[in-house]
Amino acid sequence: MNQKLKSYTAQTYIAYALIAPAAIYIILIVAWPLLETIRLSFTNSSLAGEDYVGLENYQKMFSSKKFNGIVTRTFVWMFFSVSLKLIIGLIGAVLLNANLKGRSIFRVLVMPPWVVPIAIGMLGWLWLYNGYFGIIAGVGMRTGILDGPFGFLAYKQSAFISTIIADVWVGTPMVTVFFLAAMQGVPRDLYEAAYCDGASRWDRFFKITLPQITPVIITMSLLSAIWTFNSFEIIWILTEGGPRGSTTTLIIDTYKQALGNYKFGRGAARAVVVMILLMLFAGFYLALLARINKKISHE
Amino acid sequence: MNKYNPFEKILIYFGIFVFMTFILLPFIEMFYASLRPLDHLFRSPYQFYSDDLSFWAYREMWNTVPMLPRYIFNSFFLASCVAILTLIFVIPAAYAYARFKFPAKNTSLYVLLAINMFSGAVILIPLYKLLRTLGLLNSYQSMIIPGVAFLIPTAIWLLKSYFEKIPIDLEEAAFVDGASRVQILRHIIAPLSTPGLVVVGIYAFIGAYAQQFLFAITFNQKKEYMPIPTGLYEFIGYQSVKWNEMMAAALVGMLPVLLLFVFLQKYIVEGLTAGAVKN
Repeated sequence: MNQKLKSYTAQTYIAYALIAPAAIYIILIVAWPLLETIRLSFTNSSLAGEDYVGLENYQKMFSSKKFNGIVTRTFVWMFFSVSLKLIIGLIGAVLLNANLKGRSIFRVLVMPPWVVPIAIGMLGWLWLYNGYFGIIAGVGMRTGILDGPFGFLAYKQSAFISTIIADVWVGTPMVTVFFLAAMQGVPRDLYEAAYCDGASRWDRFFKITLPQITPVIITMSLLSAIWTFNSFEIIWILTEGGPRGSTTTLIIDTYKQALGNYKFGRGAARAVVVMILLMLFAGFYLALLARINKKISHE
Repeated sequence: MNKYNPFEKILIYFGIFVFMTFILLPFIEMFYASLRPLDHLFRSPYQFYSDDLSFWAYREMWNTVPMLPRYIFNSFFLASCVAILTLIFVIPAAYAYARFKFPAKNTSLYVLLAINMFSGAVILIPLYKLLRTLGLLNSYQSMIIPGVAFLIPTAIWLLKSYFEKIPIDLEEAAFVDGASRVQILRHIIAPLSTPGLVVVGIYAFIGAYAQQFLFAITFNQKKEYMPIPTGLYEFIGYQSVKWNEMMAAALVGMLPVLLLFVFLQKYIVEGLTAGAVKN
């Protein structure tokens, strides 16, 4: 017993020593900045210096109509983007799961938007969305849907939709790949039994596939919600939050306040709001993950 | 039961075609634009057909943006540094998670997952001030240091699962034979985990290559350290945008990660999905 206990504590020391470098790195570069952001949000910090100002940043932020608009907009943007990613990802996964020729090639061909640096992919979208020379406006003009050049990123509503579509393009491949992996993990005998009982393809999808992959669907919706919420580069490159603020989400606003105007204090207050929302998401996600893991280990 | 009638087949292939068009259209259009002369691109409405396609833009882009080779080098250099540093921090930690039992093991693993969910944008302000105080703004380090931090969590999870696949009996046998921990690490763990290390290293490289934008525009104003995603914006001139050359350079810039990924996609996808998709 004593021997065992001794080796257990020795193990603990070795383990901690091995983890220490990574842990210290993360504490310095992620954890400390998070705490420092909270502290800065109570100051009027700028390049010139800083003074403690109490809740002023928060009071100003929450009483500004603009900020409340930004929060609402962020969630609307997120809602459409995440739903589209999940729906298109699910349809894509079903299609690529079909036992047809060429599916292994298609499975590789879905991935480029996921792997390629977002900032480079967005250059392609800038070209597609070009109002005079882009292919989308071109098709619109030739089919008569548009009666002239149309800058998709130049008008409030179309810019809002265009950034969502680009975000869906970046996020869908990953959702598809995860759904596909989950579908392939569904035990085959379930399908065979259902087939013998005369269930149609449709029935098999809704009664077997869908319930079986529900845990993955739920995890993916939370994960994409988090990533979509964090999405910065796509909007920044396509519109920089414009026109007239119509694509300014919380992340964009935080960045603009902090590093566009060097108003660190105000930016920090926004970052704290982002942080709190992210912690809520993360809490949901981890609780869910713990539940799913428990279920699996019980089975 | 996996047979489809011709009608279903056509329907599925049509669906795949529409889906793939959405996914691949930007790439196809980028490539097509890169082959067309600039005056063909500047026609409104859009012309679907060009009769003089050439790789001219791929030659001309080096003259338009003379720093292009430097940007490409910077991207490689930054991504390699980040990948190597990530591995150095992650290997011992992942080994500890795979092999030892210790207090707070599971909690800390979940904390790592939670860190993954914070975007770099939340902590930019303190990082900016920190890098400024250290005099590291406008340097390679200003992009490498935060880059590593955001790759460590996933890399630990990935590598941990590779280490767990190495049978512990091998280590125990060596231990009984009197091998030291260092010897075990060198002669058993290292060779057996090489494939895992390569996959995690490449994951870190691709991740680092992809995440260069935010830290690069925030912490670095100097051209000579710019990675390719920010360097490409130089094709946007005061008068007009040289779209064909910009698209050519963009494709060249994304090629390395695409190639790496195509060759190793099976392993990377397996590793990443394994966490979310149990059994």
